[in-house]
Amino acid sequence: MSNAVSIRPDRPALPEWMRRLPEYLMIWVPLLLSAAHLVSFSLWTVWISFTPSTLVPVTGWVGLRNYSSVLASRNWQIAFDNLLLFGSAFVLLSAATGLALAILLDQRVRGENVLRSVFLYPLAVSFVVTGTVWSWLLNPGLGIQKLVHDLGWTSFKFDWLIDRDMAIWTIVIAAIWQSSGFAMALFLAGLRSVDADIIKAAQIDGAGPVRIYRRIILPSLWPITITVVVIQLQFAISTFDLVRALTNGGPGIATQLPALVVYDLMFQRSLLGRGAAAAVLMLLILLAVLLPYAAWRYVQRRRAAHA
Amino acid sequence: MRDRSFTPNRILIYLVVLLVAAAWLAPLAVVVLNSLRSNEEIAQGSMIGWPQHWAWSNYLAAWSGFCVAETCAGIRPYMLNSALVTIPATIFSTLLGAIAGYAVSLWRFRGDTWIYGIVTLGLFLPQQMRLLPWTIVLRDIGLINTLAGLVLIHTIQGLSFTTLFCRNYYVAIPHELIRAARIDGAGFFRIFWRIILPLSPPILVVTVIWQFTHIWNEFLYGVTFTSGQQQPVTAALIALSAAVADIPQHGVQSAAVIIAALPTLLIYLLGGKYFVRGLTAGAVK
Repeated sequence: MSNAVSIRPDRPALPEWMRRLPEYLMIWVPLLLSAAHLVSFSLWTVWISFTPSTLVPVTGWVGLRNYSSVLASRNWQIAFDNLLLFGSAFVLLSAATGLALAILLDQRVRGENVLRSVFLYPLAVSFVVTGTVWSWLLNPGLGIQKLVHDLGWTSFKFDWLIDRDMAIWTIVIAAIWQSSGFAMALFLAGLRSVDADIIKAAQIDGAGPVRIYRRIILPSLWPITITVVVIQLQFAISTFDLVRALTNGGPGIATQLPALVVYDLMFQRSLLGRGAAAAVLMLLILLAVLLPYAAWRYVQRRRAAHA
Repeated sequence: MRDRSFTPNRILIYLVVLLVAAAWLAPLAVVVLNSLRSNEEIAQGSMIGWPQHWAWSNYLAAWSGFCVAETCAGIRPYMLNSALVTIPATIFSTLLGAIAGYAVSLWRFRGDTWIYGIVTLGLFLPQQMRLLPWTIVLRDIGLINTLAGLVLIHTIQGLSFTTLFCRNYYVAIPHELIRAARIDGAGFFRIFWRIILPLSPPILVVTVIWQFTHIWNEFLYGVTFTSGQQQPVTAALIALSAAVADIPQHGVQSAAVIIAALPTLLIYLLGGKYFVRGLTAGAVK
């Protein structure tokens, strides 16, 4: 039985590469399309950001002029400040909420499955829906403020949605509601993977639950915390739908975010060069988050490999 | 921590958990209740309240009577658009991702790690970096403002996710299995159909749920590349809320919101376990 060298006389003698063509096509075409579009599209957008393109892409070179005009615009400055505030507040609060929920559910609460589903369901709903619903709840004339007024407490005030200084916080609220369940799911997985023997040993030594959490369980959650923070930051940087549905950047431009600036420049004001420059700036902000994370992951992996 | 009896501490825990759960469910409850209240009733009170008369007609109006822009066909055509984009794009991106994931993890070929690395970059690259090029490409191939254009975009862009999911699942399949099949003369496709696919249902369910939810909920591409009657339901909802800014019709709008969210909510209820698995698979790369 020499299977490997069997000769098949009934087969027409197709050249090897032709016989394997369908295979090559199925392997290479999707992968190459996917990889090539990512590379070429990114490079193309970077290139456009250095051209004087307005309504249509044109060749030419204006150096960093698009960048300086984007960076100098009030729209971008407000968007960037908002991103810093929204990004840090949202990430901290949603991670804290997620961790708190995970610790609570970890207390062997009855009906844990149902509760977990309740905290996670907003993730399945689109940001457009989330934004619309929260815009109603937070609208002073329709939502919570109106309800409290109708109940008789007429001096109650909760009008962040139309308050220039507070409107960005409405986006924080909706974003936390939408995605702290995600942090909870990851933290819960982390809590459950802590070595049960170590906990048992600590219990035998007389450590209470608070001490066990502080000294043993929480320190082991660092890697998950960093993952949660990076993913949430990535989401914060590209937030678009939620703001579009909740405040549409308003009142005025008080809740402007970089993703909205890009859209506005590209498709509403037809300033392609500047829009591309703003998109590249978004990428740079993202890289400022992702590159340290990638380096950290690399070190972690090296350490795990040596251990 | 093993204690299940009701001490004051545990009562406090339950209280906090139930309060948060109520807060998390409140927005859904508000929309559901509003979808059953008449517009006048909402206008007289607030968005938060129990329906006095059950206005089931809101759903009919939202489904097929409501006016968005100048057409009055409700959100039915937009739901259909979303389905016509989401279903094929989910199937294509999942199938291609399974083949690609199999190729980079088990079949191996020259440069596969490089290609795979670039493909996974798509997970991070902001959509905004790809908006302009897609506009040009769709225009040049004549697919701008078509559902087919959106299917194409979501299929190609979805590959980053689906390839990653499937690859991470397939690397656990013993290589000996593939090697043995190859020695027996099985080719790329025969191994895929006979060995890989039968082992795949768990990961395919995760991938399909993930892609479906993602594509159904997507808004930026929908609003950028389509207009008017070609828009998916997310874009139509935004157009709808702009249209009702003058004459508030929150009852009907709430019903529209519920209908638009229903497909992904149902998928979440039916496949919540797999949804979470997709979340964590996407997170822990």
